[in-house]
Amino acid sequence: MATADTVHGTAGALVTDPIFGRLTWDVLPFHEPVILAAFVGTVLLGGAVVGALTYFRLWGYLWSNWFISIDHKKIGIMYMVLGLIMFVRGFADAIMMRSQQALASMGYEGYLNAHHYDQVFTAHGVIMIFFAAMPFVTGFMNYVMPLQIGARDVAFPFLNNFSFWLTASGAVLIMVSLFVGEFATTGWLAYPPLSGPEYSIGVGMDYYLWALNIAGIGTTLSGINLLVTLVKMRAPGMGWMKMPIFCWTTLCTNVLIVASFPVLTATLALLTADRYIGTNFFSNDLGGNPMMYVNLIWIWGHPEVYILILPIFGIFSEVVCTFSSKRLFGYTSMVYATCVIMVLSYIVWLHHFFTMGAGSNVNAFFGTTTMIISIPTGAKLFNWLFTMYKGRIRYEPPMLWTVGFMITFVIGGMTGVLLAVPPADYVLHNSLFLIAHFHNVIIGGVVFGVFAGIGYWFPKAFGFKLDPFWGKVSFWFWIVGFYLAFMPLYVLGLMGVTRRLSQFEDTAYAVYFVTAAIGAVCIAIGIAAFFMQLYVSIRDRNTPRLRDFSGDPWNGRTLEWSTSSPPPYYNFAFTPQVHDIDAYEHMKRNDYKRPLEGFVPIHMPRYTASGIIISGFMTVMGFALVWHIWWLAALGFLASVGLGIAHTFNYDRDYYVPADEVGEIEAARTRQLVEQA
Amino acid sequence: MTVLSLTKDDTQRLVSNPMRVWQKLAVLPALATVSACDLVVLDPSGDVAAQQGDLIVYSTILMLIVILPVMALTAFFAWHYRASNKKAKYEPEWDHSISLEVVVWMVPLAIIICLAGLTWVATHRLNPYDPLGRISADKAIDPNVEPLVVEVVAMDWKWLFIYPEQGVAMVNEAAVITDRPVEWRITSTTVMNSFYVPAMAGQIYAMAGMQTELNAVMNEEGTFRGFSANYSGNGFNHMNFDLHSFDQAGFDQWVENVRSEGGMLDRDTFVELEKPSIDHPVTAFDGIEENLWDRILNLCVSDDDLCVNDMMMVDALGGGGIEGLYNREAYRGICSVENPEALFEILRPTDSAHAADILAALDAPLQSTPAEAPVIGTRTEPTEAN
Repeated sequence: MATADTVHGTAGALVTDPIFGRLTWDVLPFHEPVILAAFVGTVLLGGAVVGALTYFRLWGYLWSNWFISIDHKKIGIMYMVLGLIMFVRGFADAIMMRSQQALASMGYEGYLNAHHYDQVFTAHGVIMIFFAAMPFVTGFMNYVMPLQIGARDVAFPFLNNFSFWLTASGAVLIMVSLFVGEFATTGWLAYPPLSGPEYSIGVGMDYYLWALNIAGIGTTLSGINLLVTLVKMRAPGMGWMKMPIFCWTTLCTNVLIVASFPVLTATLALLTADRYIGTNFFSNDLGGNPMMYVNLIWIWGHPEVYILILPIFGIFSEVVCTFSSKRLFGYTSMVYATCVIMVLSYIVWLHHFFTMGAGSNVNAFFGTTTMIISIPTGAKLFNWLFTMYKGRIRYEPPMLWTVGFMITFVIGGMTGVLLAVPPADYVLHNSLFLIAHFHNVIIGGVVFGVFAGIGYWFPKAFGFKLDPFWGKVSFWFWIVGFYLAFMPLYVLGLMGVTRRLSQFEDTAYAVYFVTAAIGAVCIAIGIAAFFMQLYVSIRDRNTPRLRDFSGDPWNGRTLEWSTSSPPPYYNFAFTPQVHDIDAYEHMKRNDYKRPLEGFVPIHMPRYTASGIIISGFMTVMGFALVWHIWWLAALGFLASVGLGIAHTFNYDRDYYVPADEVGEIEAARTRQLVEQA
Repeated sequence: MTVLSLTKDDTQRLVSNPMRVWQKLAVLPALATVSACDLVVLDPSGDVAAQQGDLIVYSTILMLIVILPVMALTAFFAWHYRASNKKAKYEPEWDHSISLEVVVWMVPLAIIICLAGLTWVATHRLNPYDPLGRISADKAIDPNVEPLVVEVVAMDWKWLFIYPEQGVAMVNEAAVITDRPVEWRITSTTVMNSFYVPAMAGQIYAMAGMQTELNAVMNEEGTFRGFSANYSGNGFNHMNFDLHSFDQAGFDQWVENVRSEGGMLDRDTFVELEKPSIDHPVTAFDGIEENLWDRILNLCVSDDDLCVNDMMMVDALGGGGIEGLYNREAYRGICSVENPEALFEILRPTDSAHAADILAALDAPLQSTPAEAPVIGTRTEPTEAN
């Protein structure tokens, strides 16, 4: 028996210094070889990137063309880049977990102690949901939606930039926690009392709170922004029932964001108060109630699942009709299905804790509402199926991902409905069966959809297609890897193995854990193939095989394909007139001609550095609050609020693109099209 | 007593219980590769878990009715309508069919109606709070047999099992009597855990200051794995225990063994035991201090803590305003379950509170001399005792 002097969290009391707070040299991970290796690796890689940017004098370019840009397209791409970086970090955590569990199941101790392992699975969950999946989804919505509705930007362009940098700020704090101090050891939703001040005394939980507090505000603002854009800025003629289906899913997603992220922010604020000023909202005694936290966090958490998957459903809808060269089957029922899912996602949260002692009526009610969601979801699946029916399906990588998704997602959906049966959940809750289920829907749904979307819209964003060969390699390794990695977890769940364990007494599990680890290696190859695809495509971007001058490489159907690739910063020289759901397909069918003259000045927003600077101060504030460096926290807070106020006095926030400039850009485009023809 | 680990003649079971054959067939894709392994969730040793496992199988079969055709259709359409197959029909404008849409909404709806019905019935039948309705599929419950009560305390990071009937307690080991219903009363001293013995019944959370309940029964003798199924921090890996299922004689023997090994589990021992430890050895106790369970539930085993129920009582009586800030100190060590008079004395208001009295209250050993304790409170109506 070991007496646990480390209790929960870091050993020893943390002394607070007036200047440096809790920060000392000891918090650097020199004593943890695994973290040290990661630290050295990150420093080398980061150093190489920074060095290269400096050497090629790219900082100025990045700053003035990207960081302070309020162009929704550039912000969308920055979201995608952020998502990719954090996805790789999150996947590194995944590989560590799979290898540790494989080793442990074979009877070895493995290389991660419990304290480190607990941080790894917490970080994996937090990063993958908040800083990989969310940026991916927001990135797509940001890039594609305004183009699809014929708008020139989002409703609040500065807010868009600010939202992105707040998300990035959260990501920075998470990354810093890897090397300065530690991360939370509570699991990704940080249930109190474990996450409260009594049982998580280290800084890890504070990193968690401030990262999510800051990023959560960014997401809420972005949700408001995109929602207003959709409501107010659709091109003339685009009634609600003529919106592309991706816009519908974006609309529902942002309704969910606006309705649920404030709940997250409030919940985390209450927990922050518990930890920082000694309130007792979620403590065991003094009137606190940890179950209240669990309810609140899932009132956000369940809609969050649909925030991730709905836009992805939209992507699949766009991909499946484009590559089947056919109209989407059952547009109307697709729209209603999306809206039904949006509403229902709000009344199912309790299914995450059937085992917390609720009565039969409550459990049965929430189990039933959960199952009802599978009806519109099933209808969607049938609609994709009948879109393929009597189509001409071209198997470019995006379509491969879509078919892979349809096969894989139904399995995840089925196990999900199974978990919604409360008595079944009593035996499967928190087991590896659950882990297999939600990875089945998140990888088989969200991740596959992200790759489908990247393959589909990459040529729009950059003017050249992604190399299909490496795309297919990536797809096949991913899908094989997925099945190898997660089917064994279903079996382990049925063997009664619970989640978040780093040591096993029973070596009978070894064969499954080793298979799962092999699956993770396949997925790693799939990810490597994706980066190879990026590299090869950029290298060969000017070959006729990949280069696309038409702006419409897939014979697309919606408005984004009517512009050049990449689109001019004002998107459309003239706001398009919409007559059909597939607006661009309708234009093509009716021999639409690009206007060549008669251009008028275009009203555009001006770039501003306020977003990145305010977020920078917010990051400083977050870091200071984590380490109890109160003076710096106050400084960061005052600076960000002050700058925010100062920004409102900046009246030089828009300008008119002269008609001549529009004319020149459009003339260049005309020459390009003529040359190609 | 034999302590056997799930060794039984599988063939015989399969023959004697044809439903198991269906179970195995239903999840064939997974099971075909793993028939050698022990899927305890689908093949448990307790009736509640068996019913839960069956429910998994039935629900899966029900859903496969729609899932399998969808997967087959997806594969078929994906293959048949490939661009290179010019023989396949191509109708780019075909995007609507009322009859098909009715089908795509109605088929999932029909399945979910069936499943929801099944869920409603099963959820009510398998409510962990309700006394069992049967011992097993072929054995009715004996109304004269009371369930064995076991009080379960999840601690950092070990399990304490208290047997009030037998007056014994055990750390990280529990025993039950085969075919006798067990009423598990579950709580925690610190963070959330989940009490789970896969072979017996589904899990239920263990939460501090609250009592959850699980009614279950073991139908086979043997030793089974129990653990926490909810991550609880550093020592979570080692929150395991063995659950023995004995016949009556074996159980009595086990209780005797516990008695002969153990010491008294009083409040001081409990406070000591409660301190975080990892991989705690199996420890026996042969006696339980009276009212310990009430104190555990009310988070006041230690004299330093005010019982939650008493705090609620104080709050219900108005809370005490500014003076109420000191209530926690004033009532320290008093538990109304044990000594209702003591709390009553303090709560009984006379005139308005005085600062000097409050300060005195902070120092005075209230518990031992309740009659002399200064009176604090905001309520002023006199009681007959005065």
